[in-house]
Amino acid sequence: MTIQGWAEIALTISLAVGLGWPLGAYMARVWQGQATWPDPVLKPAGRLFGRWAGVDPEKGQNWRAYAFSLLAFSAAAFLFLFAILRLQGHLPFNPQGFAGMSPDLAFNTAISFVTNTNWQFYSGESAASNFAQMAGLAVQNFASAAAGIAVAAALARAFAANRGESLGNFWTDLYRITFYILLPFSVLIALALVALGVPQSLLANVDAHTLEGAKQTITLAPVASQEAIKQLGTNGGGIFNANSSHPFENPGAISNLIEMAAMNMLGFACVVAFGRVTGLRKEARALVVVMAIMVSGAASAIYVAESQPTPALVAAHVQTTPNMEGKEVRFGAPSTAVWAAMTTGASDGGINGWHESFTPAGGGVAMFMIQLAEILPGGVGSGLYGIIVMALVAVFVAGLMVGRTPEYLGKKIEAREMKLAMLAFLILTASILGFAAVAAVLPMALKTVSTTGPHGLSEILYAYSSATGNNGSAFGGLGGSPYWNTTMGIAMALGRFGYALPVLAIAGGLAAKPKLTPTAGTLPTHGALFVGLLIGVILILGGLQYFPAQALGPIVEQFQMLALTKS
Amino acid sequence: MFQLIRPAVVTMALFTLILGLGYPLAITAMAGLAFPDQAGGSLAWDAAGHVIGSRLLAQGFAKPEYLHPRPSAAGNGYDPMNSAGSNLGPLDEKLIDRVKTDAIAIAKDAGGAPIPADAVTTSASGLDPDVSPQNARMQAARIAAHRGVATQEIQTVIDTNRQDPLLGFIGQPRVNVLAVNRALDARYPVAQPKGP
Repeated sequence: MTIQGWAEIALTISLAVGLGWPLGAYMARVWQGQATWPDPVLKPAGRLFGRWAGVDPEKGQNWRAYAFSLLAFSAAAFLFLFAILRLQGHLPFNPQGFAGMSPDLAFNTAISFVTNTNWQFYSGESAASNFAQMAGLAVQNFASAAAGIAVAAALARAFAANRGESLGNFWTDLYRITFYILLPFSVLIALALVALGVPQSLLANVDAHTLEGAKQTITLAPVASQEAIKQLGTNGGGIFNANSSHPFENPGAISNLIEMAAMNMLGFACVVAFGRVTGLRKEARALVVVMAIMVSGAASAIYVAESQPTPALVAAHVQTTPNMEGKEVRFGAPSTAVWAAMTTGASDGGINGWHESFTPAGGGVAMFMIQLAEILPGGVGSGLYGIIVMALVAVFVAGLMVGRTPEYLGKKIEAREMKLAMLAFLILTASILGFAAVAAVLPMALKTVSTTGPHGLSEILYAYSSATGNNGSAFGGLGGSPYWNTTMGIAMALGRFGYALPVLAIAGGLAAKPKLTPTAGTLPTHGALFVGLLIGVILILGGLQYFPAQALGPIVEQFQMLALTKS
Repeated sequence: MFQLIRPAVVTMALFTLILGLGYPLAITAMAGLAFPDQAGGSLAWDAAGHVIGSRLLAQGFAKPEYLHPRPSAAGNGYDPMNSAGSNLGPLDEKLIDRVKTDAIAIAKDAGGAPIPADAVTTSASGLDPDVSPQNARMQAARIAAHRGVATQEIQTVIDTNRQDPLLGFIGQPRVNVLAVNRALDARYPVAQPKGP
């Protein structure tokens, strides 16, 4: 570990949080339909869009209509993408001549991108045509991100409402979030990435003849345009198998910094925007502080873990640190560690080093970040609504301790809210632990697990955590099969809709409640006490649920490793 | 429910046209005009105009007169069609055996100096174009012997191709293998039989 390494980690997280503020202010204006600079173009275009789509953009929807719109859109998105993946062999922009994906792989991939997970059981460079990448996968990178942010906007309106019913209009939200926020920032990031060396080409592969006389086939693709929205929308699905560790996706330190900031800044911005819409900026700031503290803690833990000696390096009598297996020289331990914390905290799932080759403690922390329900700062939109659910649980716990009816942000929290919050929570737990338990004993599932023992269990547990948390990163040794494609697809859908729908139901209930003014008896939810309480609830809830499973995977493996590297 | 089908389908169709085709094609056009070199994969050419590789992708240099890259798990090694890491866990016997074997093979180069970790570990992409400065310097004596020049000369080539972290802390110090090998061929050519 070096001072420079710590400085790089601090800079990266500060940059993401810092950019979240102005972006959040802008996002709040977009959510509320206030005047913004792209209006002259996008306002008339929006009216046209509403006419074609057959919706009245101004008409508010109750939570059921909002939820059904989300489901209808996701279903259409799934069918579009499934068709493209199956038919890519007959579609244009396919210079490499890839055939269509198998039905189970297309099912897995389509759900994966529609749910903002981007788990990949295929290698982009050898299985997805340029058309599938651009018109299929990248479109979902926009759409799934916008849908997530839309749910967050609906929840913000619910807290702002006083005996209201409307959560806004899903189609208007989708349009505005996509074209006011995601598209313009993607264009900027994409052009910056090209300038830094990321290719953007529709040409076929280039054959190179090396100085030693060997042949190397260089794969080109429209990488930059997809890389930008992949990070900005916390999607994480790379053009290439090696994702953002591939020099074509992430050629240097500056591109790395841009990509890391991009994957967390909209997550923070959603919280800031939430504070503006509800008029409770201090309360929103407390949530940002919780997120920043916990993602910094995870980054530090992984940096320490990856600076330990590893058995292979000790046995070979070479320099024993850092753990460079599965890491790139240009990133080294510090920026691989901070990336790992930010990508698992944010449901991004893009990687710049392989988590499977991390030390057990490093990989375990990454997995734990996913299991804490992807709220630190979480996926775009989903991070905000996830941490609000946690905050509801926190004020409920505090209310039980002092014997008062809990309130949060001027809304009374009652049995219905708590039941729905726990439902959302338990769906995640049941999916992660249930699927992992079955896979750990089922020969059909174990066939494609790359190793046995604690590390094999970690691989399984990580896979279902990643799928259910809609993260998409992997212990990459795991191979695909119809069994995995199917069960992971179901886990991804449960994690997305099993969480978003209870949240919308909560939002519907909260919107209808009167807005209370805080009294002397109200638990303050903006100070250090609340920050501590919320961190405690997140850690204890996550810890209690997943500690037993983690103990059999990464934790026991860490002790095994320490025994092997003891000098 | 039925009235939701129209907005869902219309939105998807519009998104596919604007975001799936319009956006990437516009970026491709702009990138091609403003940054043709980077957009085309940062290719490197020899004097005759043949592509010898990309400045951003590792190649499997194995001859003793060249700087060697890190080990690669991409396909059969350094294959851009199969970018990948080993995905071996830190306690995996396969990893421990591989690192031991590689370390023995490299020990001759090192001449007693400690072998840096990056020289015996596979990168994340399998295409890592860089090695650490320690790794590069460790190979200088071998390269010098096979090119018939002083080790110091090779050190100088390596040092001029060293990239340091921005502002001293953003990124890691590194040496691009292809850049060094092109510079070596230009300054200290090896007499070798020409291919057909």
